[in-house]
Amino acid sequence: MNAVLGRRVTRLEDRPLLTGCGRFAGDMVFEGQLYMRIARATCAHGRIAAMHLDAAKALPGVVAIWAGDDIADLPPIDFRDPAATALAPYRQTILARERVRYIGEPVVAIFATDAYIAEDAAELIEIEYDEYPVTLDASGPLGEFAPGLQTEPIMLEQGYGDIAAAFARAHAVIELTLKIGRHSGVPLETRGAIGRYDAANDILELHGAAKVPHRNQEAMARFFGRDHAHLHLHEGHVGGGFGIRGELYPEDFLVCLAALRLGRPVKWIEDRREHLMAANHSREQEHHIRAAIDKDGVVLGLEDEFFHDQGAYIRTHGARVVDLTIGMLPGPYRIPAYRAKGHMRLTNKTPAATYRSPGRYEGSFVRERLMDAVAGRLGLDPIIVRQRNLVPKDAMPYARGLGALGTDVVLDSGDYAGLLDKALKRFDWRGRQAAIQARRAKGEYVGLGICMFVEKSGLGPKDGARIGVLPDGGIEIVTGSASLGQGVETALAQIAADTLGVDYRSIRVIHGQTDRIPYGIGAHASRATVLTGNATHQAAILLRETIMKAAADLLQLPVASLLIRDSIVSAREGGHGPSISLRDLAVQMPDALHSEGWFHTDHMTYPYGVHLAQVCLDAETCLTKVESYLVAYDVGRAVNPAMVEGQIAGGFAQGLGGALYEEFRYDERGEPLSVTFADYLIPTLHEVPALDILVTEDAPSPLNPLGIKGAGEGGCTGVGAAIASAVADALQKPEAVKTLPITPQRLRNMLRGPA
Amino acid sequence: MKQPYHLQVNGRDCAVEAEPRKILADVLREDCGLTGTHIGCEHGVCGACTILLDGKPVRSCLVFGIQAQGADIRTVEGLADGDELHPLQQAFMEHHALQCGFCTPGFLMLGAALWESGAKPTEAELQALLSSNLCRCTGYGNIQKAIASALDARDQAPKRSGEGAP
Repeated sequence: MNAVLGRRVTRLEDRPLLTGCGRFAGDMVFEGQLYMRIARATCAHGRIAAMHLDAAKALPGVVAIWAGDDIADLPPIDFRDPAATALAPYRQTILARERVRYIGEPVVAIFATDAYIAEDAAELIEIEYDEYPVTLDASGPLGEFAPGLQTEPIMLEQGYGDIAAAFARAHAVIELTLKIGRHSGVPLETRGAIGRYDAANDILELHGAAKVPHRNQEAMARFFGRDHAHLHLHEGHVGGGFGIRGELYPEDFLVCLAALRLGRPVKWIEDRREHLMAANHSREQEHHIRAAIDKDGVVLGLEDEFFHDQGAYIRTHGARVVDLTIGMLPGPYRIPAYRAKGHMRLTNKTPAATYRSPGRYEGSFVRERLMDAVAGRLGLDPIIVRQRNLVPKDAMPYARGLGALGTDVVLDSGDYAGLLDKALKRFDWRGRQAAIQARRAKGEYVGLGICMFVEKSGLGPKDGARIGVLPDGGIEIVTGSASLGQGVETALAQIAADTLGVDYRSIRVIHGQTDRIPYGIGAHASRATVLTGNATHQAAILLRETIMKAAADLLQLPVASLLIRDSIVSAREGGHGPSISLRDLAVQMPDALHSEGWFHTDHMTYPYGVHLAQVCLDAETCLTKVESYLVAYDVGRAVNPAMVEGQIAGGFAQGLGGALYEEFRYDERGEPLSVTFADYLIPTLHEVPALDILVTEDAPSPLNPLGIKGAGEGGCTGVGAAIASAVADALQKPEAVKTLPITPQRLRNMLRGPA
Repeated sequence: MKQPYHLQVNGRDCAVEAEPRKILADVLREDCGLTGTHIGCEHGVCGACTILLDGKPVRSCLVFGIQAQGADIRTVEGLADGDELHPLQQAFMEHHALQCGFCTPGFLMLGAALWESGAKPTEAELQALLSSNLCRCTGYGNIQKAIASALDARDQAPKRSGEGAP
């Protein structure tokens, strides 16, 4: 065996990206292409009273201008999965009709021969609005979405256990109000989409697809009333996804519609200002949490009621983030009784959806603030409080009595206490506590913080992969997966190479092309390596059997005596026997050497982690400096440890942004205030501290043959919680941190506020 | 109104016909066919469009193409020598310093400016320099390691780094 599975090999993806040969959406050029520009609402809530489009229409180079009335026959953008009927009236149309509901909402689409001209034309468009009152606080009074429709389309509720009995016998009750700020993925590549209509073959194409090409193909086929065979999505290089890129947005439909109606390819590349007010936002929630505890700090019952700021419309995810928040909030703790209510609220802000660790970043902040509050009230060590509440290793698999994403939450495997011990030791927690005492005595604000959490990954029900030997002896894996920079090509090649006995560099991995394979789950929710990886593994096993059988016939040797090494099939014993290369085998049997593998699963698999932080607060500037940080994460089995660590490090930086810097702010009229990189503060190298990463493989998933759990989100999940915990410790005020991000203004109030 | 002018990019002449208001990043990408220079923000913050202008790292979204006439322009496409990667590119691969690769050309050109200047920044200096560009995937640590290791290798193998002393 090559044993390339589990090794830190370099990536197949890197060479074109390093040499400037990548093919991102902006890099695509089609003959005769037009450029689309969107004129966006400048009023957060109002009725469109008048539109003045004539000056723009008269500009040389402008080919067409559409407003909502020009495409009134088209439906709103639908949900990806079946959703409650109550959500349907809150979907977004691809251009506003009559009413606008957030600043940045597409109102007019301009098509021109040049991107600069299209932008000039947009500047010439004037739209008058009759302004309506704006709703900006999701936890405030209900507003009106439309006549007869309030701003709370749905309230989700789940729970288990006897919550009343838990509170009746409580030693103490702790109540907290906690808020998570509005931030999002903000990939370095803005969105981009190119619509093209191949009239000769009657195929409508969307280039610039990402994340879930096959699911989006389904949705677009329904929207346009076209058969799947006549609508294809193509993924090029994608400059970061993080959950927000690759969702279907109004612009994706507009370029395709324009390609059909105008008969020319239509390209749209978003600018950064648009991105920050039009691509999905995320995270904003306000929680009111109550815990019943006993005298030892054991949580007897937990009640949470929260308000989720959905923004102006419900996009493709429906109520997914609310659902995930409720289903995952208890994390690694037993919590014998639990009830959560999530109010999904519409506001006059950019629509929100999933961003890396959706619902878990938020829920972990809430749960871990509570754990620190429990410790603070009882005068106990916050580590001991957590240890007393953990789900024990021998309770696995552990059915939570909750659902998320349509499946029961059953924690499949894990040694939470074991990982905590490893993390504390690695971080030298006790040693740091002593050092911190000494620094505090000198007047410094230094603190240690912790977050424990459970992630989820590998949502089923299934995925498949096809694999075959090419005429040149190379291997091609065809999947419906998607590449967002995470290294899926390398991971799948490593999995297949191990089984097949070939160099992983001889493997080509196809993804994101709906015309190459009719199915695929894409890349989201830490699913790809678990599902597509195991499907690839299965396909490789089948292909190996086919190769061995074919070679055995040709070489006149028993299958059991053969092995494949470096793409050559030969006798296991001795170097002089007969052999045949995969290339020669492929020439002899051109149609035989391929297979299809499937992986099915009914349940998700649950990686888990511990984040530990040390911060120092500057009482003058009110800046929070992260001095040290450890992420310990159990992924069951790491296909490529370097890539797992890369995912963790990148997730950590994003989590840090949400903890300290990144926030979409609005003024009282609903005007977005964070529309440049000078206002929306992504951490730079200066803000991101050296990170220690401990990847463990103590609890392989029993739910898939490779034992894999997804690694994409755990670097991010616990950062808000751990930083908040450390800041509270530095302040010596366990309940002071109530809001993320911890901006200098907020820290100033906490420094000067009550204990 | 479009105007004809010439740019020198990666040692080659590039004939351009573009409006004076067209930014250098767009000219490189659309008129010179060099799409390796990426545009991430168009307001000079993210650094994805960093190129070398007479050896200095410059944000090509903040320069008009027509202003770059007569300058020696270097882009990511000019780094490798045929099939042989530049030591910076090789170091990025070995240190897993890229994920989606969108910010990578900007960081590489930032590194190339250091490489070619012969500078030996301290860790703190390098950190300050690299803080000029944004990356959303890697958390930066591996980018810093890759550039530091390439600079170390340059100083230990002076013969290979002929670019250092033109």
